[in-house]
Amino acid sequence: MTDHALLERVQAYRMMPENRSPHAAAMGTEIVDMDKFEATIKLPFSDHLVGNPENGVVHGGVITTALDSACGLASIASLDKPSAIATLDLRIDYLKPATHGLDIYAWANCYKMTRNIIFLRGVAYHEDRDDPIANCVATFMLTPDAPQPVLPE
Amino acid sequence: MNDTTEIVELIRRSREEGNFNILTDAIPYMKFLGIETSLTDGVVTTTMRFDQKLVGNVHLPALHGGTVGALLETAAIVQLAHDLDTAHLPKTIGITVEYMRSGRPLDLHAKAVVTKRGRRVANMRAEAWNDDPSKPVATAHGHFLLT
Repeated sequence: MTDHALLERVQAYRMMPENRSPHAAAMGTEIVDMDKFEATIKLPFSDHLVGNPENGVVHGGVITTALDSACGLASIASLDKPSAIATLDLRIDYLKPATHGLDIYAWANCYKMTRNIIFLRGVAYHEDRDDPIANCVATFMLTPDAPQPVLPE
Repeated sequence: MNDTTEIVELIRRSREEGNFNILTDAIPYMKFLGIETSLTDGVVTTTMRFDQKLVGNVHLPALHGGTVGALLETAAIVQLAHDLDTAHLPKTIGITVEYMRSGRPLDLHAKAVVTKRGRRVANMRAEAWNDDPSKPVATAHGHFLLT
């Protein structure tokens, strides 16, 4: 399922020059899907992402970046009222090497939320979410006092 | 893509010359992140030179959490390449990153130590900081397959 209104609201907010993440821009990250409690992003393959020239596999840090971004967006998709958020921790298991030349997708979903903490899990994959490159679990914290604007309602 | 002999040679030369920039300069994503290394008494300090493109949140501003994780993983890989006599780059099996404070828009440094070296797997811990090592931005522990 896709919450089109939510997806378009977040895409529009993220594309505003004053909010645009320079790192997301440098990596070419796109938000491709959002629904309540979940989000999917796409990170296009590029040669500068390669971490092991022996086999052309992208660096693990690229997968970390994709999953951190997907978990952050899934957190935003879970909030009842807007709040700033921060990553507390992120555990990633690499299940198989990414294939050289293929775009990377990361999907994350919030499976439990408390007043302060958001618990998430996610996967990175190429074409099939059931055949993942990496699995992750993460916790985020609500940081309502952080000095930053939040996604307007 | 097959640069196996080249990487094996670069790892060997990095060890011989005590300069792991020879290795990191040949790895596209490490170049993209602006990674530099220095070696003192067997300990590699891995630095991610600040660049605006590493910023994830412009309002704080803060480094993207993914780049912080990438630096920690890189620090572990480079320290392993230094410590071991394996021919190839170690492969990351898993990594856990704990974020303590936001990475400020400055150079970010990291060091890693081998906590256990097995025949096939090495366990590592790594820590990253901006300008005060006693105030870590993030720490990580991970395990790596040795080949």
